[in-house]
Amino acid sequence: MITLNDYLMVAGILFAIGLAGVVVRRNIIVIYMCLEMMLSAANLTLVAFSRFHLVDGAPDYAAQSLVFFTITVAAAEVAVGLAIIVALFRAKQSVDVESVTKLQG
Amino acid sequence: MPSVLFYLFAAITLLFGVGVVVARNPVASALSLVCSFTGLAALFISLDAYFIGTLQILVYAGAVMVLFLFIIMLLDIKAAEGRPTNYATAVGGLLLAVLFTIQIAMVLGGFKEGRIALADQPLKMEATASKATLNTIKDELAEGTLPDAKLMGFTLFDKYPFQLQVVGLLLLAGTVGVVVLSKRDRKEEVS
Repeated sequence: MITLNDYLMVAGILFAIGLAGVVVRRNIIVIYMCLEMMLSAANLTLVAFSRFHLVDGAPDYAAQSLVFFTITVAAAEVAVGLAIIVALFRAKQSVDVESVTKLQG
Repeated sequence: MPSVLFYLFAAITLLFGVGVVVARNPVASALSLVCSFTGLAALFISLDAYFIGTLQILVYAGAVMVLFLFIIMLLDIKAAEGRPTNYATAVGGLLLAVLFTIQIAMVLGGFKEGRIALADQPLKMEATASKATLNTIKDELAEGTLPDAKLMGFTLFDKYPFQLQVVGLLLLAGTVGVVVLSKRDRKEEVS
């Protein structure tokens, strides 16, 4: 029997993996991929809650609309973020987060 | 959906997710993430969210990951490969992930509303059909199929048309921003 808690647990673990990746990795591109993973984990909780909260016998489409908007914003964010990474690479010749220390006191 | 499939796709999502973090080569990370997102799309479809599942594959596994791979190939990153792992950071990250997972597990252990099974929560097409206002949606519901994309589109354009326009504007702003960021400065080229 698959319950709502099972889906939420999978989403929680996926979020934890993404969080660990953001902390551990030093390649900006991989950090970005881990951020995407965390966003998707949040989407999974939204879709799970939408399916288990029936409105007139159908899944709650308000939650799925929110997922639609999240995916759109994430796509725009990736495009801008990768353009920033390319600009950073041009300036520093590296994608290592430790090569960017200008704001460090 | 049989529980075997749930566990299979959950395992695919999580194991390839670990692969993203563990792989040393960024291309391997990106390909792991594609597999992870495909598993996640299967989980979405198991929750009767066919449209979102399709969107996950088209937008994430397709467009976004191709963009990532394109940038990885374009920058040709090799310098970061041979460096030794920083064990202090690795242990810290692992500890953080384990603590977060334990916390989620404890919260879910006390979440009684979450113990309801998917099989006990069947979709009721007749109830939806009686509330539907569009004939195409009503007909498909009467046939016993869930017109997921149509219901989703109806919700988006009926309830959230303003938000949809705002997101469109955001995409436009994103496009303009990317062009501005990637344009080489004229003065920089001269010097």
